[in-house]
Amino acid sequence: MTKNLRTTNSKFIDQTSRISFKFDGKKLYGFKGDTLASALLANNIHLVGRSFKYHRPRGIMACGSEEPNAIVQVGNDASMTEPNTRATEIELYEGLEASSQNCWPSVNFDVGAVNNFFSPLIPAAFYYKTFMWPSNFWKLYEYFIRKSAGLGKSPTEPDKDIYDHRYLHCDVLVVGGGISGIIAAKIAAKNNLNTVLIDDKNILGGTTLFQENECFKINNSYSNEWLKKEIETLKSLENLTIKTRTSLAAYHSYNYLLAKENLTDHLDINEKKDKIRQRLWKIRAKKVIIATGAMERPLIFNNNDKPGIILSSSIKKYIDYYGVKCGQKVSLFTNNDSAYETAISLNNSGVIVNSVVDIRDKTNSLIVKQAEKLGIKIHWKSSVVNTNGYKKINSIEIMKLSDDGNAVVGKKTKEECDCLGISGGWTPRVHLFTQSGGKLKFRDEDNVFLPDKSGLDQISIGSCNGDFELDLVIKNSVSSTNKFLKVNNNYYENLEIITSKEIDKKNIWLLPSDKPLGKTKSFLDFQNDSTANDIKLALREGFKSIEHVKRYTTTGMATDQGKLSNMHALGIIAETAGVKMGELGTTTFRPPYTPLTFGAIVGRNVGEFFDITRRTPIHDWHVENKAEFENVGQWKRAWYYPIDNENMHEAVQRESKAARDSAGILDASTLGKIDIQGSDASEFLNRVYTNAWSKLEIGKCRYGLMLNEDGMVYDDGVTTRLSENHYLMTTTTGGAANVLSKLEDYLQTEWPELDVYLTSVTDQYGTISVCGPNSKKILSKVIPDLDLSDKEFPHMSFKNALIDNIKCRVMRISFTGEHSYEINIQSSYAKSVWEKCYEAGKEFNITPYGTETMHLLRAEKGFIIAGQDTDGTMTPVDLQMNWIISKKKYDFIGKRSLYRSDTIREDRKQLVGLLTDDPNEVLEEGAQIVAEKNKQPIEMLGHVTSSYFSPNLNKSIALAIVKNGKKMKGQKLFVPMENKTINVTITDTVFLDKENKRLNA
Amino acid sequence: MFLINCPYCGERDQSEFSAGGEAHIMRPKQPTELSDDQWAEFLFMRKNIKGVQFERWNHAHGCRKWFNMVRDTSNDKIHAVYKMGEKPPSK
Repeated sequence: MTKNLRTTNSKFIDQTSRISFKFDGKKLYGFKGDTLASALLANNIHLVGRSFKYHRPRGIMACGSEEPNAIVQVGNDASMTEPNTRATEIELYEGLEASSQNCWPSVNFDVGAVNNFFSPLIPAAFYYKTFMWPSNFWKLYEYFIRKSAGLGKSPTEPDKDIYDHRYLHCDVLVVGGGISGIIAAKIAAKNNLNTVLIDDKNILGGTTLFQENECFKINNSYSNEWLKKEIETLKSLENLTIKTRTSLAAYHSYNYLLAKENLTDHLDINEKKDKIRQRLWKIRAKKVIIATGAMERPLIFNNNDKPGIILSSSIKKYIDYYGVKCGQKVSLFTNNDSAYETAISLNNSGVIVNSVVDIRDKTNSLIVKQAEKLGIKIHWKSSVVNTNGYKKINSIEIMKLSDDGNAVVGKKTKEECDCLGISGGWTPRVHLFTQSGGKLKFRDEDNVFLPDKSGLDQISIGSCNGDFELDLVIKNSVSSTNKFLKVNNNYYENLEIITSKEIDKKNIWLLPSDKPLGKTKSFLDFQNDSTANDIKLALREGFKSIEHVKRYTTTGMATDQGKLSNMHALGIIAETAGVKMGELGTTTFRPPYTPLTFGAIVGRNVGEFFDITRRTPIHDWHVENKAEFENVGQWKRAWYYPIDNENMHEAVQRESKAARDSAGILDASTLGKIDIQGSDASEFLNRVYTNAWSKLEIGKCRYGLMLNEDGMVYDDGVTTRLSENHYLMTTTTGGAANVLSKLEDYLQTEWPELDVYLTSVTDQYGTISVCGPNSKKILSKVIPDLDLSDKEFPHMSFKNALIDNIKCRVMRISFTGEHSYEINIQSSYAKSVWEKCYEAGKEFNITPYGTETMHLLRAEKGFIIAGQDTDGTMTPVDLQMNWIISKKKYDFIGKRSLYRSDTIREDRKQLVGLLTDDPNEVLEEGAQIVAEKNKQPIEMLGHVTSSYFSPNLNKSIALAIVKNGKKMKGQKLFVPMENKTINVTITDTVFLDKENKRLNA
Repeated sequence: MFLINCPYCGERDQSEFSAGGEAHIMRPKQPTELSDDQWAEFLFMRKNIKGVQFERWNHAHGCRKWFNMVRDTSNDKIHAVYKMGEKPPSK
């Protein structure tokens, strides 16, 4: 029963190349040039989806990005499927598979449609009102709501497609390739400006491209013919780049714009492979010309959502551009002249036009007269009050409007039809303008918001600026562009333009019905199923702000962002509340204008490019030796080195014991290293560290603590004086970049008089730390020339040395409390020196250890880790490190804050040691500490910051911060856990070798 | 996304910069002589103006230089950029 719905005269469809595709599993055919929507219509398929809330049958309604109903799932591959794509924007390709959304088991028989019968029970904000209580039931509700809500399915596997980002800089960016955009681009490019013209369609021309009507002529030819010549000229312009299939997503301040270019979405399925699918252009334009046109408004009346009800201008595009008849017997319903263009186009293509229902009194514009001449019947001053048909419209009911337009009067007449075109006037696409921060003004005469003030170098031209008639579009586009670009040209002088002028205007936001409002279903937001009644209910319930009404009724919150619905919602609110629309304002238009794929947003920053991975120069050795790694910032650090199926605990116990019993080796290359030079370097260190530096001898090292200006510990590390005016500072691994920028900040802004230069050398040096009682013997094998005697090379000192003629710096410093050395050597030699140390240490059972063992060993000694035992609220006094605060220095960063009333409080949280009564019980880091067992509510005294089982002490040890902890040494406290309470005792923070004998062992 | 005219490098994308809060707050030369209140004023109190504001910015992913900027926070218009130590332009 396939009817022939194709005309033969479309110039834009290649009827010689047939394309096969699948919709809801059924194989169908279309032609090259079709969109999925036009191909479906040509196959007489109108019903493509079910509405969100009531599951009403819905059909294709528009022909562009504003489409609210025909949103489909494309593809069924678990990694490539894409939900919520608009059938009107999908170019047909061989192998396309698409399916309806929001229906089960099928679009033709949808169980959810039962909601439509219960619709009086599901008013606006039904979900908010119903599922509020009891509040702990939400978990249950959510499960079912999530299942029944949602449009489409997300892919379940990673996207295999490739996406790309690129930058683009231009003098002039023209957005929109319709008639005004084409004029503007030509003027700009002809005046030697580097110009880019983008359009979301596959070809330029906008709606004028298929405007072949006696009423619209330029220089005695049809406007489309004139425009085609203009497009040909454009293509030869050197300064002009044309990007089609490119939609502008966002317009930010300083003329920074994002545009998405579709590169393969239109290609046959086997041609897409291994090509970049979409490219996100990051555009910086000196000047922007917005020529995005306007979109047609629907009309709001009872049952205005049935399949077969289509925007009148879209019906025109389907017949004139795609050569597809949306119906065989079409009725039109309008409040303006543009529906008559559709009537004439349909008539010329042999489609029966039943009538045009026009809410206006008789009007005599050129186009109306032409329609009348063709014998098209017009119902003046009338309204459609109802439509019939379930899965497709089959008739409309028409009544006369009263004089004031608030009611319908007289007899109802029924008109059979298989398609209804609706036109409620035009809405300029001001979305991009407002996204960029522009303010709108309201034009009462035809109820449109227009661009007004903008802080950016931009203009809007053509119908997005409120010019709807051909002569005005051309004249104003030319003059505005000339003025904006400060150029003169005569390309468009003396054009002879014929155009139909709209004489009478009338608008009714919510058309009257013969039924009470509560009995009607007049849809505003087709995708989110909100009706005029919902808006009025919200107002009755006290909502006044447009932003609140929007959220309460969800009008304009679907994937189409209310492109078609917002104006009517505003109109009805203004009318009901008795305020002017201009004063009411609009809701905020937010980017993106049309949805972006996640792929386009992230571009190439996926997988291993998601973030930078930093590896030490010794990394490969750790990999070869089966290390487990942990992420420390962007670094991959060796965590522990399991042997023979050891778990982490076993490996760490073995490593920790070996380091204290004989020798351990650690890759410390990730520690931040800052080279400090200049005649004021010592003074600089004096100001940034809490302790004194002026007297540090050349060749000596010192531990330093750095505070923020608020007195809280920020970072720590050992700094070495290499020569008179030359220091090497080390920082924590995670803090390196921040410390450098903080120091730069002080140098540049507070102390510019200091002669100091800072350079990050973290990546330039590899650092190998050898520790343990046998470290000295190992080092003497690696660097035999170096005198390692305590006298010559004591703890906290440094020596320059040579390893195989390669210069290196050796520091005798220790983070484990053991006798130990750190060798700093140019990164490229670090691995070979590591291997040398490892080889030399074999006879001493040298054991490589990772970060976990390092943490355990330092905890045995009570050494803090900034960021683990401190959290930005700890002063050095809180850490019981008073010894490091210089009393003599006049000032250093944070000094004054150390005696603010709050920082001198005795009962601050302070760092203490904790021992469990049961030595085998290891506390959990983060566990809370309390003083009483059975009190409620219980006061939290602090928490555990570091906790380990020490193999060297054979018991569990922990560091914690506890309120007033300093004075509580020996006191018993409790650590309540989920199913037990652990008894602990506060101790000193140093658990092992309090006398520091091991350092010189 | 601003286009910032770094006084050392010229116009660069905002993503190369980091903001550093209110400008022209001098670190006191004699912090020890200040009362708690006076020190707190320096340490904590910052303006958050709707309108023209003097700010510190750092060309963090460029020349790493700090400089000052006069920006209208209501429309993000940058009225001036100038080097550290230079006199701020009068409004």
